[in-house]
Amino acid sequence: MDKIRIALAGNPNVGKSTLFNRWTGMRQHVGNWPGKTVEKKEGTFQYNQHEIKVVDLPGNYSLTAYSVEEVVSRDYIVQEKPDVIVNVIDAANIERNLYLTVQMMELGANLILALNMNKFAHEKGLKINKKQLSQLLGVPVIEIEAVDDTGSEKLLETIINVFKSPNIVIDRLKYGNEVSEHVEQIKDIIDSDISGLEAPSSWIAIKLLEDDPEIIKKIEETGKGQRVLREVKKLQKHFNDVFGDDADAAITDARYGFIAGLISESVKKPKIDKVTRSDLIDRIVTHKYLGIPIFLLIMWLTFQITFSLGDPLGGYVEEALAWLGKTIAVSMGDGILTSFIVDGIIGGVGGVLVFVPLIFILFLILSILEDSGYLARAAFVMDRFMHKLVGLHGKSFIPMILGFGCAVPGIMATRTLENERDRLLTMLIIPFMSCSARLPVYALLVAAFFSAYSGWIIFSLYLLGIMVAIMVAAVFKKTIFKGMSAPFVMELPPYRIPTAKGAIIHMWERGALFLKKAGTIILALSLVIWALSSLPVGVEYGSQESITGQIGTVLSPIFAPLGFGEWQATVAIIYGFMAKEVVVSTFGTLYGIGGDDGGEEAPAEGSSSAEEEIAPEENPGFITVMRELFTPLSAYAYMVFVLLYIPCLATLTVIKRETNSWKWPGFAAVYTFVVAYGVSLVIYQGGLLLGF
Amino acid sequence: MIKTLNKLKKGENGKITAFKGKGEFKKHLMEMGLVRGSDVRVERVAPLGDPIEIKIKGYSLSLRKEDAEKIEVEIA
Repeated sequence: MDKIRIALAGNPNVGKSTLFNRWTGMRQHVGNWPGKTVEKKEGTFQYNQHEIKVVDLPGNYSLTAYSVEEVVSRDYIVQEKPDVIVNVIDAANIERNLYLTVQMMELGANLILALNMNKFAHEKGLKINKKQLSQLLGVPVIEIEAVDDTGSEKLLETIINVFKSPNIVIDRLKYGNEVSEHVEQIKDIIDSDISGLEAPSSWIAIKLLEDDPEIIKKIEETGKGQRVLREVKKLQKHFNDVFGDDADAAITDARYGFIAGLISESVKKPKIDKVTRSDLIDRIVTHKYLGIPIFLLIMWLTFQITFSLGDPLGGYVEEALAWLGKTIAVSMGDGILTSFIVDGIIGGVGGVLVFVPLIFILFLILSILEDSGYLARAAFVMDRFMHKLVGLHGKSFIPMILGFGCAVPGIMATRTLENERDRLLTMLIIPFMSCSARLPVYALLVAAFFSAYSGWIIFSLYLLGIMVAIMVAAVFKKTIFKGMSAPFVMELPPYRIPTAKGAIIHMWERGALFLKKAGTIILALSLVIWALSSLPVGVEYGSQESITGQIGTVLSPIFAPLGFGEWQATVAIIYGFMAKEVVVSTFGTLYGIGGDDGGEEAPAEGSSSAEEEIAPEENPGFITVMRELFTPLSAYAYMVFVLLYIPCLATLTVIKRETNSWKWPGFAAVYTFVVAYGVSLVIYQGGLLLGF
Repeated sequence: MIKTLNKLKKGENGKITAFKGKGEFKKHLMEMGLVRGSDVRVERVAPLGDPIEIKIKGYSLSLRKEDAEKIEVEIA
């Protein structure tokens, strides 16, 4: 049985993933490219006695070193040399799509063009002469529809054919005499000076003329590149003299020139652009007055659906875990092993599991919004606002809004941002959006101290979170992310009806990835906290004698200037690191109130407030304790601290997962702590001065 | 008449004549099809006045006015 390695390449939004899913179904593996935060999707399938291994390359417009995705795709083609590359092309947008094709031809790739979205092309009045195009390029051109099975068999047959007899296409490209001649000159020098290069020398010649930093580096590393590089410099100057433009601009022009030639011979276009359905939808969706209300409505719906569906489901998970914990505790009796299973494992894993329904639903909605094309419009509508206010991309808005529900899906939603710097900055400020887990803390303290203006106090906390986020973003933009702002250039793809299969697969792979990766880390860290709370042997879980309690006692003076120097408040903050709502249940445990019939009110899993239980903010015992522990001012400072300090374990873990390193979650933990300390200090000390 | 792209009104057409500026960003825009000789039309302006949506090579692209300013367009 032959093994064939193929790669899927193409622009974003051309239906590449749809085809990939059609082929591989659930037999796909999603991971990251080595050392990169770019998603790598692989899968295998059988066809006619052949085992086909397919890699879905990131959607790219080009193969320069402009983005990580481009470098990833390019390195894969050069280094791994797939047997066949299927270039999926949006037929309705063929001219720009061919720009990538041309660059893969420069690389000498063994190509097949798969024309997708032919119905849209037809609607637009485009007539593509496949035979003609195929002859001009020397590459098979197959018409497919990735959403159904049209052309699927033909495409697979063609893959086998070109695997057996590859196409040689490198000499098909015609870039005009001037450009071709100079590329040839450089190529000759490379051929005589340097040997053993992975990529075709004519491609390297083009890249050198384009001033591609990665390729220049590679040539320098060979130690034999002096003559080539000197010649390149000379020619680049020559280009400037002849074309009045840089060599790379001239080469881009030449590529589009070549494509224009192809198009004029093989595609018939209507004289006047037809008004498409997408245009009609956009007239409403990005309308001057309706655009923003529609956006806000869609956001509100996303939020509502995610949390009104996800929260109860998460609640069931929580109840089931609580029941499990209780059952185990009853059957095994008190003891260290029981505590280990109930407080450590179930408490820790439970912390992750309650997020799962939320994440799955959110990703389902997000992938529907993304696949339909609306997400790009949302960014278009909100870009000015985000750009002026926080110096971010329009697409950052959605993840930040989601952060009000839960930072975990918010941070995962930053995947829709192409630019890595924007993605990082957005991740770093999302934790300041006051998530739903902080609400129980506010509810308790507000009930104890501010019942007359509870709404205003809570609103002020939300507002404070937003203001801190804006300020922090402004500072980061001027310091660590200085000069790194990405320009806003974004395609507005035509609206399409998302496929159920695509949306579900999308949801599944993201959700499962979170479970697998985040779950293990959270479990490990939860066990550490459990150990600290249970040791030395014999102490009551989380009491002042336990290590956690002792740490709390030692650390508590640090918080005295903020108005809450008692060890209980500090221990609650330590547990709040697991999940912020745990702050409340920790107070419950420490003061022996609020819990059910005793036994194991472990802080880690004590957040479940079953219906028949009294909510802490309505529990007089709780209120009394809070009034002893805090003054109104210190209570406010405490709420501010809880709002701003170290994001919960799940959030940090997901930052780790999304950035592929501990550097960023570590940084997030430290800087949010500093910010929280500073702001609470100002509020408490300022309040004291003002006589509160 | 030559104008910069950001000055075009909604629905106005033109042909790209020159591209000011340098570097990666210019190259990226050119790769997206904003090369000399291409027809371009301003399709709409975002509700808050920026960015703009243009039609180029038969597809829709959005960019900010500050970037569109670098592109010169000849209006027929």
